[in-house]
Amino acid sequence: MAQRKGEGTAGYLRDDGIQPPYLYPDYVATRLRAPMKPLVILPRTLSDITGPAYGHGPTGELDGDLTRQHSGEPLGERIIVTGRVLDADGRPVRGSLVEIWQANAAGRYTHENDRHPAPLDPNFSGAGRCLTDDEGRYRFVTIKPGAYPWKNHDNAWRPAHIHLSLFGSTFRSRLITQMYFPGDPLFGQDPIFQSVRDEKARRRMISTFDLETTQPEWALGYRFDIVLEGRDATPMENHR
Amino acid sequence: MNPDPTPSQTVGPFFHDALLDRDRSELVSPDDPEALEIVGTVYDGAGEVVPDAMVEIWQANRAGRYNHPADDRDDLPLDEGFSGFGRSGTDENGGFSFLTVKPGSVPGPDGRLQAPHVMVSVFARGLLKRLVTRIYFPDEEEANAVDPVLSSIEDQELRRTLIARDEGGVLRLDIHLQGDGQTAFLEL
Repeated sequence: MAQRKGEGTAGYLRDDGIQPPYLYPDYVATRLRAPMKPLVILPRTLSDITGPAYGHGPTGELDGDLTRQHSGEPLGERIIVTGRVLDADGRPVRGSLVEIWQANAAGRYTHENDRHPAPLDPNFSGAGRCLTDDEGRYRFVTIKPGAYPWKNHDNAWRPAHIHLSLFGSTFRSRLITQMYFPGDPLFGQDPIFQSVRDEKARRRMISTFDLETTQPEWALGYRFDIVLEGRDATPMENHR
Repeated sequence: MNPDPTPSQTVGPFFHDALLDRDRSELVSPDDPEALEIVGTVYDGAGEVVPDAMVEIWQANRAGRYNHPADDRDDLPLDEGFSGFGRSGTDENGGFSFLTVKPGSVPGPDGRLQAPHVMVSVFARGLLKRLVTRIYFPDEEEANAVDPVLSSIEDQELRRTLIARDEGGVLRLDIHLQGDGQTAFLEL
């Protein structure tokens, strides 16, 4: 297959298939948004081995429980999503903010631009946040999101997913990703999932059903560990 | 053995309630005598505005110190209440804005000072991973000329895309994702 423009060319020095490329034509929205000029290599300096200690802001007790943000309970399959956030050395990222957002059980976001004719759930907003603990662990209670259609190609449907936003401890470790569910039949036709070329890397975006996390007669448990780029803050040599 | 990183995925179009539920675009109070407004518009490769992007900034304080444990230069003061982090969505006209202060200079890779700058991340539908760039200041010609990142960009036109314009006291740095006048983006 001919090499796609923007893949494996200058600027994609670390194109090992783990991180998606900017230009992935099957995902149509990348075509006018992907930069085409080579990236400029940024040397490591204090500017990027520091980063927002964002997470010391207030997070409410209920922010991590998306099933208790309204007067009633949302419809759908109640789930617990938990895992550890690790840095590139495998060390836990502590006290760091994790933000999530997702569609409801019918595959509808509360967002005003979501035109999918599936019902909104008055008891589900689909946004949550929490801080990692001393072992780098986060935990959310929510409902399993539904798949939903989008206009990328004919009969296009996104696999069920939860969006996660993480800071880690430096500017380099910032990550926004999506967590998928095991065995989803929609993986094969989803260009966002497939934009990660390396199969093992794609599998790292899929959560694992976990009986230990599952609570009897209450909620199914899914585990999803996240490994961020960059190392925990270590003071640089010669930065004075 | 080091674990393998989790791949990035697009922020998508529906992040507003989760990530922009409150305004984090003001890093300082409007009453701060040094408060500086930095604005910009995000454009795509067709020259259309991008109304569904999110821009985040990270910067040192006015003394040139980062509010982070890795910046252990205790001789420089930290500002009470100044985190150095900001976040702004783009509006229907593709516009973002921050209220902040101009950062001081910070050390570069070889001990030389870098010109004052703000680190920038751009997220949007259609971006499978964030774009990283910097904002430099137009009144720092000498420092900009020897800045290690700016001076590593040989293409003068591309280099200029990182330097904000002064529009009557408001600084503007537009971000062009693609096409003529594309912004210089950085590989971490």
